[in-house]
Amino acid sequence: MPYALCFLLFMLGLYCAVVKKNMVKIVIGIMVMEYAVNLFLVMLGYRSGGTAPIIDKTQFDPATQQIAAGFLNTSVDPLPQALVLTAIVISLGSLALMISICVRTYEKYGTFDITQIRRLKG
Amino acid sequence: MSIPLPLFIAVPLVIAFLLPLFGKKGKAAATVLANLATISLLVFAVVSIGRTEVYEVGKWSIPLGINLVLDGLSSLMLLAISVVSAAAMLFSARYMEQYTAKAKYLSLFLLMVAGMNGVALSGDIFNLFVFLEIASLASYALVGFGCEHEELEASFKYMVLGTIASIFILFAIALVYGNTGTLNMAYISKAIQNSGLNAGLKFALALFIVGFGLKAALVPFHAWLPDAHPSAPAPISAMLSGILIKTLGVYALARVVFNIFGVSVTIGWLLIVLGLLSMVAGAFLAIGQWDLKRLMAYSSISQVGYVILGVGLGATLIAEGADLAWASLAILAGLFHLVNHAVYKSLLFLTSGSVEMATGTRQLKDLGGLAERLPFTRTTCTVASASIVGIPPFSGFWSKLILVIAAVQAQFYWIAAVIVFVSLCTLIMYLKVQRYVFLGELPENLRQVKENKGSMLVAMVFLACLCVLMGLLVLVPGLKQAILDPAVQVLTDGLKYSADVMGM
Repeated sequence: MPYALCFLLFMLGLYCAVVKKNMVKIVIGIMVMEYAVNLFLVMLGYRSGGTAPIIDKTQFDPATQQIAAGFLNTSVDPLPQALVLTAIVISLGSLALMISICVRTYEKYGTFDITQIRRLKG
Repeated sequence: MSIPLPLFIAVPLVIAFLLPLFGKKGKAAATVLANLATISLLVFAVVSIGRTEVYEVGKWSIPLGINLVLDGLSSLMLLAISVVSAAAMLFSARYMEQYTAKAKYLSLFLLMVAGMNGVALSGDIFNLFVFLEIASLASYALVGFGCEHEELEASFKYMVLGTIASIFILFAIALVYGNTGTLNMAYISKAIQNSGLNAGLKFALALFIVGFGLKAALVPFHAWLPDAHPSAPAPISAMLSGILIKTLGVYALARVVFNIFGVSVTIGWLLIVLGLLSMVAGAFLAIGQWDLKRLMAYSSISQVGYVILGVGLGATLIAEGADLAWASLAILAGLFHLVNHAVYKSLLFLTSGSVEMATGTRQLKDLGGLAERLPFTRTTCTVASASIVGIPPFSGFWSKLILVIAAVQAQFYWIAAVIVFVSLCTLIMYLKVQRYVFLGELPENLRQVKENKGSMLVAMVFLACLCVLMGLLVLVPGLKQAILDPAVQVLTDGLKYSADVMGM
């Protein structure tokens, strides 16, 4: 169920990016898509009632180099969180560039409406 | 001498961040430094031919850490990237004098090169995404570099579609991670071989094809390319059309389809259909254009279609279990065409930049009779046109010939017919370029036009010489075995990639 809602969020973002005529709204739609994917990544690592993936001394047996099975069964997956952090930084970069292009375009054309920004065609 | 693999990424990245420090007075020094960077990358790529290596970043053993993989296909891509970027950088040294903020331009240029080298080398799928974003973000900024009406509009369009493509790819990576529990490409491939494709992985493959298809500007995902490529400064158009769409699109797609998911008849036919659509639609749209660079941009779509067609034909033949010799011939044709197109299309865009810089326009109807005024530009442009049309002995002829032979041997006679037909369309569009730019009557206002000298000339002549000599890559057995065969081998071996990487 949470996955379906996450996919719905993704499709809403895609719809907004494809249908809207205002440049800023298109950017917002793209960012909604980006957040939906980030949410999906976080959910992949989620485990209800899980613990932080940090081993303490009682869970590690130095003689056999084994990690206690209880730890492996309860800890959440830390990798998707690292991926999401990277993805957020990347989307911040692209958001900044997109918004600055929007501002420069507004200075040139005096509008955000993409139906009126049409010098290129053919 | 073996070059450590991270240098391919570290050299352009470090210099890219040093360049903005130079400011206005150090412009010449910045240019020299940037050129040194691209030329040293070219040397690295040539030295690394024939080497296969897995480099574990930070000594973390795979699959815990990130790895860089150099195999035949990667070294072919590195070679193509470094040849085009060295020529385009040399060309920019003089061409970019007409823009302000040259140091920032050089810095973005090197960031794009670093991103592309990273994509070609990465053995980790999330790392591939990060490098893909570095290269894409740099290219969005470079398309809008002029900050005029058209450039900003094109840059926004490119950026929206490019970002959506990146999000699709990230979504696909998340699905792959959820289904296989690893991000290392070799281990993903192994997990898929063990468990087979489930619904989630099939959806991920579809997302990959759409995402990389958007980056490669295959028809029907091509809408951004004819705006974005002509709006960029000429050396950047050369980089975008010549190599960016191939590294981020075709190379990444081939890697994912052949080495991670494994080929199937459906995917093979999908690639063939995408390739044929791009070839025909790109060629038809190109003939009607009156803007020199826009015509060339449409012809890029058509030429990338050839590459995808060759690769897709190979995939279909492998999946059907047909004779492997013809499959590898088709893939050889695709990859050879990729390299050829990188060289002659970047040369064509450089000549268009030379014409634009000399005359101040790129509308075909305002030009004419420049053959006498711009003799070197004319000669190099004719060489490149002959190559793209496929006139022997220029490079394009050989790759198209091999593709036709492969299609005929595989008994797809109609595909061979389409290839020849699109070649004729290409002939028409480049005859149009020759007729309207270099022949005919010289307009009154262009009487005083002067040829561009210096680094621009060197870059164009360098690429023109390559256009003439590239045929040797298939004609001389030694060169073919050293450069093209290992690349073809990587794709025909397909899923053996995972065992290869783990074994190294």
